[in-house]
Amino acid sequence: MEVPILKQGLHLIATVQSALSDADLLQLRDALVESVGRMRARGVIVDVTALDVMDSFATRILRDIAYMVRLRGAETVIVGIQPEVAFAMAQFGLRLEGITSSLDLEEGLAYLDEKTRRRPNP
Amino acid sequence: MDIVAARQLARALAEQIGFSAGDATVVATAVSELARNIVDYAPPGEMVVRSIENGNRVGLVLVARDNGPGIKDIARAMRDGFSTSGRLGLGLPGVRRLMDEFEIVSEPGKGTCVTVKKWITRRGR
Repeated sequence: MEVPILKQGLHLIATVQSALSDADLLQLRDALVESVGRMRARGVIVDVTALDVMDSFATRILRDIAYMVRLRGAETVIVGIQPEVAFAMAQFGLRLEGITSSLDLEEGLAYLDEKTRRRPNP
Repeated sequence: MDIVAARQLARALAEQIGFSAGDATVVATAVSELARNIVDYAPPGEMVVRSIENGNRVGLVLVARDNGPGIKDIARAMRDGFSTSGRLGLGLPGVRRLMDEFEIVSEPGKGTCVTVKKWITRRGR
């Protein structure tokens, strides 16, 4: 299932709405990296509240997204990692190093506003 | 094999048997990882998930079997950070950490069979 990407202010919000196949994750990565330029976004939020499982592939793609988005000049925040998913990730030994995560969409937007505040609006 | 369908079926069974939401997610994560190994490296293969009992313990066993190239050096594949494909290399060691019992049999040229079990942990007694 394709993940919708919405623009809110200077930021893009990608809300995962169901379990994602590997192809869906790759599609999300490509769409976000492209949209950052096309929509001149400063921040990207990936909302994974509805994601059932975060395995090594999903973790790798989220890390890639954060890095590629940064190369394009924007910041990424992952929001909505569920308690059970966090538990399984910790047991698995999966690390989201170098990635910011926030509790929910509200916190994520607040973080991005703070992080991208110093650059004046074009 | 559909990785998402496999992990959703396994989660449903885990919850039906009585696993907590956290442990059902652990089981689903292990299934996702094992199913991906088959889809990416050794298709076609199969996964079987069923409930098990041992005395008054209840749990679940996952068997992931393929007829792929096999793993030459299992000890190496079980070490964190090892990957033949430039992946994270966490798959098998991660699955071992998620589950209570882990067994792998692999023969180069013939295939690999991974069997893992998880038991329901009774808390607060």
